Amino acid sequence: MAPGSTTERAVVVGAGLAALRGAEAMREAGFTGALAIVGAEPYRPYDRPPLSKHVLIGETRPDATTLPSSLGADVDWHLGSSAERLDRGSRTLHLADGRALPYDRLLIATGTRARPWPNPHEGRLAGVFTLRGRDDAAALRAALAAGPRRVLVIGGGFIGCEVASACRQLGLPVTLVEPSPTPLARVLGGTVGAFIGAIHAGRGVDLRCGSEVEWLEEAEGRFVRAHLTDGTRIEADVAVIALGAVRNTEWLDGSGLSADPGGVDCDAAGYVLDTDGQPDPRIAAAGDVARFPHPLYGGRRVALEHWSQAVAQGIHAGRLLAGANPEGPYGALPTFWSAQGDVVVKSVGLTEGADALAITLGEPGSGRFVAVYGQAGRCIAAVAVDSARWLPAHADLVAAGAPFPPDGAATDRPSKGIMVLAPGFP
Amino acid sequence: MPDATLLDQVKDFANRANPYPVYAKLRENPVSRQDDGTEAGTWVASNHGAISSLLHDPRVSSETLPPADRPRTGNPLTDLIVKPLKDWMMDRHRVFIFRDPPDHDVLRASVMHQFSRERVQAMRARSERLVADLLDEKRGAREIDAVDDLAYPLPVTVICELFGVPREDEPKFHGWASQLATALEPDSLSDTEIRAANSRTFDAIGGYMADLIKEKRRHPQDDMLSGLANEATPTGAKMGDYDLIATSILMLVAGHETTVNLITNGLLTLLRHPDELERLRWDPGRAPRLIEELLRYEPPVQFRTRKTLSSIDIAGVTIPEGADLVLLLASGNRDAAMFPDPDRFDPDRAGIRHLGFGGSLHYCVGAPLARFEAEAALTALASRLKAPRLIEDPPPYRSGAALRGPEHLRVAIDGIA
Amino acid sequence: MSTPADASSGSPPGLRVCVDLNLCQAYAQCCYAAPRHFRIEGHEALFYDPAPAAQDRADIERARVACPVQAIRVEDPGQAS
Repeated sequence: MAPGSTTERAVVVGAGLAALRGAEAMREAGFTGALAIVGAEPYRPYDRPPLSKHVLIGETRPDATTLPSSLGADVDWHLGSSAERLDRGSRTLHLADGRALPYDRLLIATGTRARPWPNPHEGRLAGVFTLRGRDDAAALRAALAAGPRRVLVIGGGFIGCEVASACRQLGLPVTLVEPSPTPLARVLGGTVGAFIGAIHAGRGVDLRCGSEVEWLEEAEGRFVRAHLTDGTRIEADVAVIALGAVRNTEWLDGSGLSADPGGVDCDAAGYVLDTDGQPDPRIAAAGDVARFPHPLYGGRRVALEHWSQAVAQGIHAGRLLAGANPEGPYGALPTFWSAQGDVVVKSVGLTEGADALAITLGEPGSGRFVAVYGQAGRCIAAVAVDSARWLPAHADLVAAGAPFPPDGAATDRPSKGIMVLAPGFP
Repeated sequence: MPDATLLDQVKDFANRANPYPVYAKLRENPVSRQDDGTEAGTWVASNHGAISSLLHDPRVSSETLPPADRPRTGNPLTDLIVKPLKDWMMDRHRVFIFRDPPDHDVLRASVMHQFSRERVQAMRARSERLVADLLDEKRGAREIDAVDDLAYPLPVTVICELFGVPREDEPKFHGWASQLATALEPDSLSDTEIRAANSRTFDAIGGYMADLIKEKRRHPQDDMLSGLANEATPTGAKMGDYDLIATSILMLVAGHETTVNLITNGLLTLLRHPDELERLRWDPGRAPRLIEELLRYEPPVQFRTRKTLSSIDIAGVTIPEGADLVLLLASGNRDAAMFPDPDRFDPDRAGIRHLGFGGSLHYCVGAPLARFEAEAALTALASRLKAPRLIEDPPPYRSGAALRGPEHLRVAIDGIA
Repeated sequence: MSTPADASSGSPPGLRVCVDLNLCQAYAQCCYAAPRHFRIEGHEALFYDPAPAAQDRADIERARVACPVQAIRVEDPGQAS
């Protein structure tokens, strides 16, 4: 029953959602040895989604989102100290504070950090923020509460859209600058991006799509205005850099594991690969940092920054390291949600490579609809805007690779019938 | 006589006290065609996965009622002009449990807007008071009928107060509600006599509601009907009069015919599991979990019907387009793949994802109210009934197979604390 | 072993709540059970209090068990389970 002997030592590198669920799964699968969790931030694992939503509008305290956990007192927490180097030969993890932790099993769940503004000096100006951790959210919340003249959001991905929505909820003028023709174009394509962009524009977000910020101007060390490549200037007191994330893999340099800023490579089971492509059976990875071959997408290697992925893959990796034989390769259907103000965008599957899009339910003009993404005549993903009830049925279509577009009569079809459109990826 | 199908056995009154063995036989095939004399047949979904999937499937429609066909009166003017008009109105203004999106969503959102958290919370406290009063009235009794003395009057009073139906008019609803509830029993839809009686009842209750709505417009009060009649919906529109009448009838009938079964089934189950009754007596905090398990174990609504708009491949079979569906919620609740040892009543099960309130768009509107009423009733019964014993087991049942519950539940007691 | 920064406050340990918003379908049963801790914004955006006070545990428990998709996870450090 208990595959882990009591003398074995497990170390979890990272203290986010994937790390926590992985550690819990190890215990639940019967691992009774020593368990250490290493986190760069000085906090117990906390939930990040509220940081870009209700924390910013002041409804949730930044320190209130500590995650519920089933872990007991038999965990050695090393918080406020990041991993610096991995020595696989001696099976030792070296921390930045000089400590060394020996391991027999290692879970890599170091996640990501916000991609910084490319000009480091401008990125450090007062009034310029990135948003990833709890301290970032607390600082940005304080800046928004001070009532800036205008907030500039650089980047129209999910975080950028959520921050812009939060600003509107606070009644703050906000400009969102995005190089693509619409917000969310990279993930959802320009067609659905335009529908969602229209919702934001309707709520007062000043959308500047197809524009880029060239540089940030300062006055006495404070950000005061942004200059766009087309020559326009945007006067603002706060700039939020929302340019995506970089994976925390530098500490694996020299470890012999296959890792780069795009993630650490895993095999189908979840074990981490070395630079020769061989799995290390003592090491697994989970969450944002894990790049793995997804069975639903022909074994294409993906690293997914999804909450559900952190949970499901964390549990999978924890069980794997505890010696519980997992049921086949890890391949949970990717799912994602984003609350942008009071609008909920949910998705299943991966849109990458879609060659067609069908609006199957609802009406984009009404703000509630479901869009299905097709590739070579198969359903590969679906997005529901304020239509979560219909997503499970679409998850089944995606999981089964059902023929695209879905047809036949159904309730709540668009008034003009199913509309097949170009997805509009940049 | 042809062999009775398993679905016939579900409907057979002989199985009313314990339909679960028939459900278990049905689950041998998660989705099965039951011969009903038509070409398409009636398709029964009996396991948790298939029912959940069909509840969430946009190809499944709730518009199952046959076209309205009011009884002829013999008066040519009425039969040629008034009847078709009334039939047409009836078809256009179905109650929303028999409607699909987008119409369904608009009506339901209007109701949910009035069914506010504050109103429901107020009814939580009110339920506790009502239960206390109803039990006080039986002090000194050596026997109670849990149905007549508590399980029926409690939800009826709550729904009437919530909607603003005057107390003195409440008895009128008893007959109306039990008649109209037959619309949820599949065979009643093809029975011309029942349909004629339903039409007459709908006219009577509809006339009453129309008058009450006028009154609520003249003198708005703090109740749901006043809110629905006078306030804009979240989408800005006001509900039309016919939809308003149909919607309030739906809510009032549901308030009369469902929670009664939850409370009665609850007490019956507790009396059959005296250890659980005892634990509830000492720890009322167990009530919420216990009620979820009840909703799994003995749900007040055993099944709902649907129709397919397209053919659907599911569980190894293809349900044809236009087929009648029976989603056997109470059977899905006994699916061992979802609930280990499913025939055991166990409030301590982890994560009870029961189908007792249905699912997806048509999830029971009154669920929060039902939970609070059941919690108030069952915790009070557990703490106040002295040495309760079932007088008849099984108790006599009401006729309904879909809305299933005891007609009476006689309990011998040593008194009421 | 370092001390977690958030273990420093002196008040009795509160609850920790996390909702799997992938699962959430806005049935709003939690909002009726614990109206001070859960609410729906717009059509289906659930807002919840991730750190309710210990004395609200009965309502939080009602919300947890009533969730039709069982999306609510609660840790109650003050209550041995």
